[in-house]
Amino acid sequence: MVAATNGALIGSMTSDREGILADWEAAVRGSQRTGRSSPDLQSELSSLYDAILSGVGSGGDIRSEGMGEVRALLNEMSFARARQGYTPTETASAVFALKEPVRGRLPDQQMAEFVELSTLIDQLGLFTFETFAAARESVIMSQTEQLLELSTPVVKLWDGVLAVPLVGTLDSARTQVVMETLLQTLVDTGSAHAIIDITGVAAVDTQVAQHLLKTVVAARLMGAECIISGIRPQIAQTVVALGIEFGDIPTKATLADALRHVLRQAGFDIVRRNGERS
Amino acid sequence: MERIPIYKIGDILLVSIQIDLQDQDAMNLQDDLSNRVVETGAHGVVIDISALELVDSFIGRMLSTIAAVSRVLDARTVVVGMRPAVAITLVELGLSLPGVETALDVESGLALIASHLSDSEFIDAAVPGAALDD
Amino acid sequence: MTEASDATVVEIASDADVVRVRQLVRGLAVRAGLSLVDQTKLITASSELARNTLVYGGGGRAIVSFTQDNTRRGVEAQFVDEGPGIPDVDQALQDGWTSGSGLGLGLSGSRRLVDVFDLDTDVGAGTRVRIVKWGR
Repeated sequence: MVAATNGALIGSMTSDREGILADWEAAVRGSQRTGRSSPDLQSELSSLYDAILSGVGSGGDIRSEGMGEVRALLNEMSFARARQGYTPTETASAVFALKEPVRGRLPDQQMAEFVELSTLIDQLGLFTFETFAAARESVIMSQTEQLLELSTPVVKLWDGVLAVPLVGTLDSARTQVVMETLLQTLVDTGSAHAIIDITGVAAVDTQVAQHLLKTVVAARLMGAECIISGIRPQIAQTVVALGIEFGDIPTKATLADALRHVLRQAGFDIVRRNGERS
Repeated sequence: MERIPIYKIGDILLVSIQIDLQDQDAMNLQDDLSNRVVETGAHGVVIDISALELVDSFIGRMLSTIAAVSRVLDARTVVVGMRPAVAITLVELGLSLPGVETALDVESGLALIASHLSDSEFIDAAVPGAALDD
Repeated sequence: MTEASDATVVEIASDADVVRVRQLVRGLAVRAGLSLVDQTKLITASSELARNTLVYGGGGRAIVSFTQDNTRRGVEAQFVDEGPGIPDVDQALQDGWTSGSGLGLGLSGSRRLVDVFDLDTDVGAGTRVRIVKWGR
């Protein structure tokens, strides 16, 4: 777009600024859910308006340098709305709503220029769509990470003995987090033994077994031994049927058995007060 | 180029790798350790890698070789203090460090070697006519 | 759309250069926001590939830069040499380090450490390996 052809349009948009802004704000508020207070929306739209004006004045294609501030403001708008749970359509519609207030005030001679402006506004609206999607993804990702961390606690059972009770489904991402948390905790607590309990794990396939194996090998490289407990009969059968080899990693049916085994390995004897050994 | 210092604690040699290892440094360490084991008759070597942010195939091979050479010289090698990120990377890389024993830290490493020594003395004593080392 | 920003080039002609490559990659990985484990994986892969360039390729260079696509930032590293090239790529991608028959380049291991692994090579025409590790 050449700046000169927009001279008249920009002139109108500048002199009618207050009116156009008021109409735009009304249109946006009318089409969206409640929640945005007046000052917020007002200042957001007026900043965007001014930025669009100056961007158009410098030859505005959305990817051009002159549109940098517009993109930045749209980014902010998309992110904020994504976080607040607005739909991407609502966000894009808010941008499209600028067209009508401008068109309604135009003398016919400026129609051609208006069409170019209209195209630009379309691009702006679509841009918010893209950023919105990216924003939503990043919110979901961080929520997922938080959930992962919450659901993989590493517990200290005894001096030098950690336990990791795994619950639910084990996928690649989850297992990574488990591995990293367990290994770091081994170092932080100076523990040399870990019990990985899979009582709560829905299913074990070759993938899951591989992940568990990697965790155990990594722990070994660090000087710690792992033992896997909570192997239900169905899982034991699946493991055999799939030909999964746990190699020399000890496996126990229950967490209690595993604890007894590990404590003995760690050099502890449990003695009942009346003298009987456990 | 500076050589990595090797300390002697009783019967055991202790090495603490603090620097970003060049391949040549690794070769030098291998040589130096073998020489010291022979000179001192040490029965154990503890290699502390807690400061290493990286163990690649070359360093991994160095550790395995040191362990193998020491075994021939009647000494056991324990590598201690591997960082979690390094362990995870090694496993993914497919490096298994054959022949290398590991422990959490220097203290555990020393204890491990001590327990090996007492095991072997016990076994030697069970063989009639066998002389104990030293 | 992927964009690579200004790249830094390191000549690989000696042991010390391999260390230099590691340090350069580490710096970028930290600034790109990679997790500690991902940093370690990337630097380790870079160390392996830089060494290959030196030992097998007869020397060459590493080209390291930031890169990004629509949603995330990452680090890209290329390892280029004008050495003999790799005769059997499929075999090389399967070999570990200890196999007697192969080249022992450990390419399969390095490949597992990164998100993108492009190998471009021809006998007598040198080798170029391009790797990318994304932040999360």
